[in-house]
Amino acid sequence: MKTLLVGEYREGKLLDTTYELFGFASQLGAETALFLVGSDSQLPAYGGTLYLADAGRHGEYNPDCHKRLLVQAIEKEQPDYIVFLHSSYGWDLAPRIAATLRAAQVSEIVALVDGGFEVGSCNAKMRRTVKPTSPKAVLTIQAGAFPAQQPGGAPQLQRLEADLASALEFVGYEPAEPKDVDLAKAEVIVSAGRGIGKKDNVPVIQALAKALGGELGASRPVVDAGWVEHSHQVGTTGQTVSPKLYVACGISGAIQHLAGMKKSDFILAINKDKDAPIGEIADVLVVADVLQFAPALTAKLAN
Amino acid sequence: MKILVCIKQVPDMESRFKPNANGTWFEEADLAFRMNEYDEYAVEQAVALREQLGDGAELTVLSIGPDRVVEAIKKALAMGCDRGVHVQDPDVAQKDPWQIADMIAAYARRYGFDLIFTGMQSQDRGSAQVGVTVAEQLGMACATTLVGFAFDNGVVTAKRELEGGLKGVVKLKAPALVTCQLGLNIPRYPTLPNIMKAKKKEIEAIPAADLLTVAPLAATARFYPPAKKGGGLLLEGDVGDLVDRVIGILKEKTAVLR
Repeated sequence: MKTLLVGEYREGKLLDTTYELFGFASQLGAETALFLVGSDSQLPAYGGTLYLADAGRHGEYNPDCHKRLLVQAIEKEQPDYIVFLHSSYGWDLAPRIAATLRAAQVSEIVALVDGGFEVGSCNAKMRRTVKPTSPKAVLTIQAGAFPAQQPGGAPQLQRLEADLASALEFVGYEPAEPKDVDLAKAEVIVSAGRGIGKKDNVPVIQALAKALGGELGASRPVVDAGWVEHSHQVGTTGQTVSPKLYVACGISGAIQHLAGMKKSDFILAINKDKDAPIGEIADVLVVADVLQFAPALTAKLAN
Repeated sequence: MKILVCIKQVPDMESRFKPNANGTWFEEADLAFRMNEYDEYAVEQAVALREQLGDGAELTVLSIGPDRVVEAIKKALAMGCDRGVHVQDPDVAQKDPWQIADMIAAYARRYGFDLIFTGMQSQDRGSAQVGVTVAEQLGMACATTLVGFAFDNGVVTAKRELEGGLKGVVKLKAPALVTCQLGLNIPRYPTLPNIMKAKKKEIEAIPAADLLTVAPLAATARFYPPAKKGGGLLLEGDVGDLVDRVIGILKEKTAVLR
């Protein structure tokens, strides 16, 4: 079985997440080749075939052009599976390749099971096993689901060039908003999720954070709704944290949130739904209304 | 200018899910359905653009599924879409993203849209494939995961959300398709007068068989709850007791309480 892995490169750097693709291929027991729009100065530690296109010429983000480059590599390599990370690069490019090949795509794989691919469903509360029926298939793997592996060595280069024409013009990057709170340094973080109901209830969570000597964190929906500033957001598009104690208040546990806090030493979750995915990683899940439990805990701690 | 927004109706994610009789999707019987959250942002952005363009624009909302999805179409009409399309498909859950995209593209080809909005993904399947695949099938420019949108003089300026708070700004000329991320805007609530007005708006019904031209490329073998990893403690009961137990545990297991 052959896989063509699609590495990632951004702002002049090879992204470490690229090595998660090797972890996946190794679990699959598959041969590998790597495709990368990157640079000679940032070659991966990998001794196999690297299909390399220069990002200086082809752009870091130019999906029409990257599609042409990747199709060239697929024609040469004839892989069974073309494997991406399920990232802003992968979920954008993968369906373009799948449509071009008329191949199945299986998105955000978390595990290999029964000759198929396990993916999350219903906000990660359930799972599906998906089996492609096309001869080739395009796969994207969930960030963090397959431990990174560095094969080591120096790649054998196969250089690729393609027409730059694109229906889309990349203007530039916009940096992340500056952080006025560095959650990475906090020993205790108490985070508010959608389960707090409304903006007026944020002080209830803030009070618990204060009673525990910690900082206020938040999940994405709470930030999107404007209840809490973005600088407090924990998750893949916010901050990644690993405090001694993480308290998740009314947070169901979307994968993007879990990825940002699952390395915390101790996780206490408060949620009305005992099936909420946060329960999969919490050390303690308190099944309760957070608006009753949090003030009661705050009051008791003050005594 | 013709605009299309594609929406899906999904179960409320707070629900308890059970596999259906053949074990490949959820049992629908006890579930409440609503518009996919990502699609609410897509509808809001499409309606805002419709308002910006004024009378020269027409905004169509399309959904595929059994009769219940008409409720989601009505909500989009009440938010400000001009006309609805219901692609009637009681077996929509058996279709793969390739087939869903094929049906949408077939309808879009008939009607000739300048701009198409979709959610970035659905909450129940989460494949993040349908929007991009529609664009590929139509040969349209496409940008995904929008957290910023502006339209001026036939050109979309889109802000894409990347990892770690970084964003990427791209420009694309219509005809184009964009997929919308959470937080792109603040979706409006339909007002009562607009709900009344929406009742008079046309909803065109098209059987799925009239649009579908392709066979599936992938199949769901099984639908099931995740394996319990164990180790975690589940506490239920009276709030006062729960507080005492939690303080005991924090004192024992963490260094933050003395």
